[in-house]
Amino acid sequence: MSTLKIDLENYKELMRQYIETKDEQALYQAEQFSKYSMQQNISPEEIINVHIQSLEALYPEMPEYIQSSLDFLLETMISYGLAYQEYQSLREKQLELKSEISVAANMQKTLLATDKPQIDGLEVGAVSIPAKQMNGDYYHFVKDDNGALGVAVADVVGKGVPAALCMSMIKYSMDSFPENRMDPDVILGSLNRVVERNVDSSMFITMFYGLYNINNHTFRYSSAGHEPGYYYDSSQDKFEEIDASGLVLGVSSEATYEQCTKKVNVGDMIIMLTDGVTECRQGDRFIEEDEVLEIIQKYAHLPAQETVEQVYKHFERLQDFHLRDDFTLIILKRRV
Amino acid sequence: MEFQSCVNIKKEWDIVGARQLGRDVARKIGFGTVDQARIATAISELARNIYLYAGTGKICFEAIDDINQKGLSIVAMDDGPGIEELSQVMEDGYSTSGGLGAGLPGVQRLMDEFDIQSNPGQGTEIKVIKWLR
Repeated sequence: MSTLKIDLENYKELMRQYIETKDEQALYQAEQFSKYSMQQNISPEEIINVHIQSLEALYPEMPEYIQSSLDFLLETMISYGLAYQEYQSLREKQLELKSEISVAANMQKTLLATDKPQIDGLEVGAVSIPAKQMNGDYYHFVKDDNGALGVAVADVVGKGVPAALCMSMIKYSMDSFPENRMDPDVILGSLNRVVERNVDSSMFITMFYGLYNINNHTFRYSSAGHEPGYYYDSSQDKFEEIDASGLVLGVSSEATYEQCTKKVNVGDMIIMLTDGVTECRQGDRFIEEDEVLEIIQKYAHLPAQETVEQVYKHFERLQDFHLRDDFTLIILKRRV
Repeated sequence: MEFQSCVNIKKEWDIVGARQLGRDVARKIGFGTVDQARIATAISELARNIYLYAGTGKICFEAIDDINQKGLSIVAMDDGPGIEELSQVMEDGYSTSGGLGAGLPGVQRLMDEFDIQSNPGQGTEIKVIKWLR
């Protein structure tokens, strides 16, 4: 059976068998035959041709009108055959594109890679998972000479390749900023001008930028229209929103950014995220902010990296392992 | 050159005439039913392109009878607006007539050889060959 061939003899034999026995076995072989034919890129009109020839061979006295009607059928199948061939070649093209995108996605990973800093007394946890192959979210850590840790979390409105290209630009702009001026409001101001000059006005980028001072444990932050972060007060087991006013990047070159400061106590956490976390969906229902915080709280006792991973796993499962938006979650936790 | 015969394309009805003549020539050369149907479909596409985009033109048939091989050569000519983006019309899925019809990539698949020359404002000439196997 595995050596089925698209040849007249074979088809004729199968057809004869079926006409005589009406046997399911013959029909099953017909199915195998059609699958094999597709593997060999055989067009439907060729099958019909084989059918006509088989019929002629089995029934030499076949009335002429049947012959004509089959010729007519063959003619109508030509366009289906063409559509089938087109489908095959488009499918090949799609595979090519897919592999190109996966090369690009790997490249993006290398380009945007950031090392999670090791800092005494501060735990850092980070996950960023793209919904499609390429990530439109971005996070970045910078450590300056004075023992301060800069953290950026950004989200391009949009997904896929355009968003990813845009993020690469943001990363290189940030790399070029002088390291002694890491004030969040200044950084967002500079980035805003870069984006405004270089990116199409239909594309928006939101960013939360925070600076954690290891010496006095204060956290200074600014936001460019980004999803608010949270501060977890461990003594009261409570969350508090942290937000600062500022326009999304790229809208107006004049935009200025508010900078706020938060004192961080031992055991407390700073949570930064993108809307892929807060806008998780369960079926058609968006989850509530409280649910996100509840889950973070549930895993808060773990080391920061495990916390973010467990939270991600929870929402991944909740959404049937099918992310609708890029998911980025960062937690800074003061240990001593 | 064995013989050459042409059909002028001016109205939609001429598409049928071109198919008929093409099929007759193909049959005489010895093409089987499937290839006859493919050749007729290719002729339809070529003739319809002339009718839709150039207005008038002609399609010529020529039997090829070399020592090595036999075949049918078809040339479609018009003095229409020509095609600006050849690589675009040769791409699968690109069709200005709304997706139905095989388009030029379809003609290329139906035949064995395909050549197109076109300059904006100077019309289009498409030459295709089907070899007898």
